[in-house]
This record gives sequence, C-alpha cells and structure tokens, in this order.
Amino acid sequence: MKYAIYGVLLSVLLTACAQDPSKTGDQSADGKAGQNGAQTSGMSVNGVDGSLLNGKLSAPPKNVTGILAQRVIYFDYDSSAIRSEFRAVLDAHATFVKANPKAKLHLQGHTDERGSREYNVALGQRRADSVNKAMGLLGIDANRMEAVSFGEEKPAVEGHDEAAWSKNRRVEIRYDGE
Amino acid sequence: MLLLATLAWPVWAAMTIEIVGGAGNRIPVAVVPFAVSGAADNPADVIAADLERSGVFRLIDGRDLGPAPSEPQDIRFPAWRSKGADAMVIGQLATLAGGRFEVRFRLFDVVKGQQLAGMSYTVSASSLRAVAHKIADVVYEKLTGEPGVFSTRIAYILKRGSRYELQVSDFDGYNAITVANSPEPLISPVWAPDGSRLAYVSFEEKKPVIYVQNIFDGKRRAVARFKGSNSAPAWAPDGRRLAVVLSKDDISQIYLIDVDGGAPKRLMESAALDTEPTFSPDGRMLYFTSDRGGSPQIYRLSLDGGSAKRVTFEGNYNVSPTLSPDGKTMAFVHRREGRYLVATMDLASGQTQVLTDTDHDESPSFAPNGRMILYATRVGGRGMLATVSVDGLVKQRLSQSGDLREPAWAPLWNR
Repeated sequence: MKYAIYGVLLSVLLTACAQDPSKTGDQSADGKAGQNGAQTSGMSVNGVDGSLLNGKLSAPPKNVTGILAQRVIYFDYDSSAIRSEFRAVLDAHATFVKANPKAKLHLQGHTDERGSREYNVALGQRRADSVNKAMGLLGIDANRMEAVSFGEEKPAVEGHDEAAWSKNRRVEIRYDGE
Repeated sequence: MLLLATLAWPVWAAMTIEIVGGAGNRIPVAVVPFAVSGAADNPADVIAADLERSGVFRLIDGRDLGPAPSEPQDIRFPAWRSKGADAMVIGQLATLAGGRFEVRFRLFDVVKGQQLAGMSYTVSASSLRAVAHKIADVVYEKLTGEPGVFSTRIAYILKRGSRYELQVSDFDGYNAITVANSPEPLISPVWAPDGSRLAYVSFEEKKPVIYVQNIFDGKRRAVARFKGSNSAPAWAPDGRRLAVVLSKDDISQIYLIDVDGGAPKRLMESAALDTEPTFSPDGRMLYFTSDRGGSPQIYRLSLDGGSAKRVTFEGNYNVSPTLSPDGKTMAFVHRREGRYLVATMDLASGQTQVLTDTDHDESPSFAPNGRMILYATRVGGRGMLATVSVDGLVKQRLSQSGDLREPAWAPLWNR
C-alpha cells in the first residue's frame, strides 16, 4: 500500500517535472544538488505543492529534482543571516513539510574550521536557529523541527582556504529518518 | 555503528616528543644513568625527560666525568659542582625473581653534598615507567616545594581515518587507552575533580549530546540530551554539577545541571550566544565566552549574584577560558593577525602574555600544579598536542599517527 502511494506520488511528481521544466535554474554553490545531478531541470514551488498535497512522505524522494533537491543554505563569514537567494529553497521545503504531515526537519548548522570548536558549535547553532526561525515564519510548527549544530566538525569540503570555508559555512536541511 | 563505550584496549604508544625552546632561570640538575641489570630501559631517561619538559630544570650532562655513580660513596661532588649541577639523581634498577624489578634512587644537594631524598620500589615491568614518573615527582617537589605532575594523566580526542576516539594516557602520551570511540565526532572532554569521570560531547545521535563516563568501568550516561544542541560541559568543583550550553529554549545559553539528572537551571538570559563556561577553582565565578559585545570575548559571572563583567579587551577574538588551579591566572585563546594563540592573563592586574607562536592553537588546559599548559596545535596540517611552561619558554609537542585534539589535563589525585 505504502509503495503504491509512493509510486503514484512519484509519477505525479515526474509529470510535474516534465510539464514545468527549468523554472528554478541552478544554485551553483549547492554541492549537494550537484552530486544528485539535480541541477538541469527543476519544477516550480507550486508544482511541488500541487503534487505532494496530502502526501505521506517523511522526506522528499531521493530522486526528486528541482529546488526541493537543494538541501544546503550557505552563509557569509561570521553571519547567520539567510541570503535572499536561498528564500526559494526554504519555501520549497516549508511547502513540502506542510503537505506531508509525517515529515520532520532536522536542521544542521555548520561552520568553517577557524576558531574554537565549542564557539563554532554555538555559531553553527545560530545558523540552524536562523533557518529554524525562517521556517517557523513560513508556518512550520516548532515541534516538527529540530535545529542542531555540528560546529566545524563535519566540513563539506576539506581545505584551508576561503573556497573550502565558504562551502562549509552552511545549514543542511535533513529530514528525520535520513 | 553504535559507540562502544565500554570497550577499552591498549593502543600502541607512538607519541614522539620534541622540545622546541628553553632558556631562563632553571635549576641545574644531573640525572645520572641508573646502574641497570638486565635488558630494561633506563629509568633515568624518563626522569630526565620529565624534569626537562616541566620548564623548571636544566639538565647537566656529566658523561665526561667517568663511570656513572650509582652509590653515594661513588659521587665526586666537586666534579659535579664544577659542571654547574645544584642537584643530582643517582639510582639502580635490579631484576628480581618472578619478573619483578627493584628501583632505588637518591637525590642529592650537590652544593652541600647532602642526600635530600631516597626511595626503593619493587614493581612489575609494566610499572617501570610509573616508578620513573614517581621519582621525577619526588625530585620536583623536593627542589621546588610544589607537587610534580609527572604521574598524572591526560584525555584527548584522536581522529584516525573516519573514527573518533576518546583516549586517556599518561601525561607524556604513553599507555594510551581508548575509552570511547565513534564514527561521529567527539569533542570537549573534561575531567571531574576526582579524576574518575570524564564529561564529553558526542555527535553519535547526529547532534551534540553531553555524556559523563566513568573511566574505570566504562559506564556512561547522557547528562544533557535536550532538543537542539547540548555542548561545552564544565565541572563545578563539587563534582556534582555541570555548567552546560543548551539551545533548547533559545540560542546557545549556559545552564547548570546535576550530574545525576534533574532539570537544568538557566544562569543568564542573554540575546547573544554564550558558551565555553568554566568555573573558578572556588566555584564562585563562572568564566565564559560570549559575543554580546559584537565579537567573541571572555566574561565572568559571579554565581553569588550580579551581572556578567567583561574580562578580555585586547583584540576581537578571545575564547576558551580556563583557570589555573590557584585561580589567579586565566589561559585562553587569543586571535592576532589571523593566528590563534594560547595566552594567559593575570586576573588581578589584567596583564596578558601570549605564550605560543603557531597558527592554530586551541583548547588550553592547566597542569594540576599550574606550571604548564597543555593545548592542541596543528603542524603541517596535522593535529598535535603540545605543552608550554607558563613562562612560555619551554614547549614540547606530542604527536601520533592520526589527528590529536581537545586535550584535558587530569587532576593530581587521579592515581
């Protein structure tokens, strides 16, 4: 039964993709999306909303394309402000969570390697809290989200220069069960 | 993939020691090679290394004075005086039946030609290093009037491949034991005042959770596993409470929590992030890092009441406070021109001294006698541990295969 619903949703989703290609463009800074090969064709936020309403997913399907495939929000040095280019990503995930009552967000904050490990846990937490707050404003209930920090402990990119650091100052949007 | 908290096994000790500085007003002492029967290592090597790295002694080489004396009547005091030695250590190591050893040593005041201390120990082979450390402690205490720290232990995190290990070893890196290991990061180990437990942060549940673990039986429990992040534990001097940083109600804030459980009590309401709490030795002050002034700086809060006061003013990045055992000096990490350095502040005068000169120094921790600071550094991209004497003159590195970080020096009464 579960699988049947999943299949139907997936096909709707794929249809939505086919009907509504390339609306979101890419976020070339988003390494995760790149790895999933999800940058070439997207779907509009509305498309996601329509196809996943009353969904029973706990997370977007692994092969989802478009903006919902984007899971990483990047930050400026020593900042927890969400850059405007990431608003659409948060919108897409908020829409998904609202449409899928089982879905719960695990927002993981990260920093670059510079400075004290514990201070960086607190900095990463502030970034995760910032995304948490933004999701709250988009209508997600606080008990469906947890904002946590990994500090500098889990760099996305190894390296000791700004190119690496800018990829490591981030919040990763994960879903419970992932 | 769960953390194996109770699994402990000896790890090949591959620490290499390198002393990278040294000068100043040191007590000249000769540690004469012991007369050794059998194939055992010479205890004098361990004693000499201990005394040298403390930064308090200068070693006198008397090899050109002929055969090493091992009995009082063999010592030619005038010759050692002419070498500049104020004190000297002689001794013997004898193999006994059943694989046991007898170690004897005597400490002399070379100027007066008088014995200051003398002991005999009978031990198994596995305790030979421990005996040498103990002798170094006796020498240190007799000559300085303060307790030595050569029999203490340290805890630290070793990252090897993709695994993180919490290890406990002798203060010089030998006899390392893994007390916890995990595929996810471990950070911030801190010793309970009685030296039997470690509090630390583990990310094994995909978020920071604070555990307290008994290092002898390996049993542990989660002390803070609230919604959000649970981090930066610090023991109160009574050993019953921890200051911790939780994000459960708001941004990262400091709370007090009983080690045995119970509801955490928030210490301050701040709009900025507060972290890295540490108690003064008398338990009346809490030092911590906060960015309430726009940049991370160290503040102190009297636990008897009142508001937090800023402690550091020099530069725009001062973090990771820790206090000396006598409560008079604070060690911390100070950023200068993009470099992270270990510094100390005399709390009465506010005078600051930078002790290190590498780029990535962090996690300072005082020796229990307050004379050395253990910290993490990075050399050639690899994490190492290092000690520096509190006058900044003698530095020493401990490296191992793998990445070493997050050191914490155990209290004196660990053994």
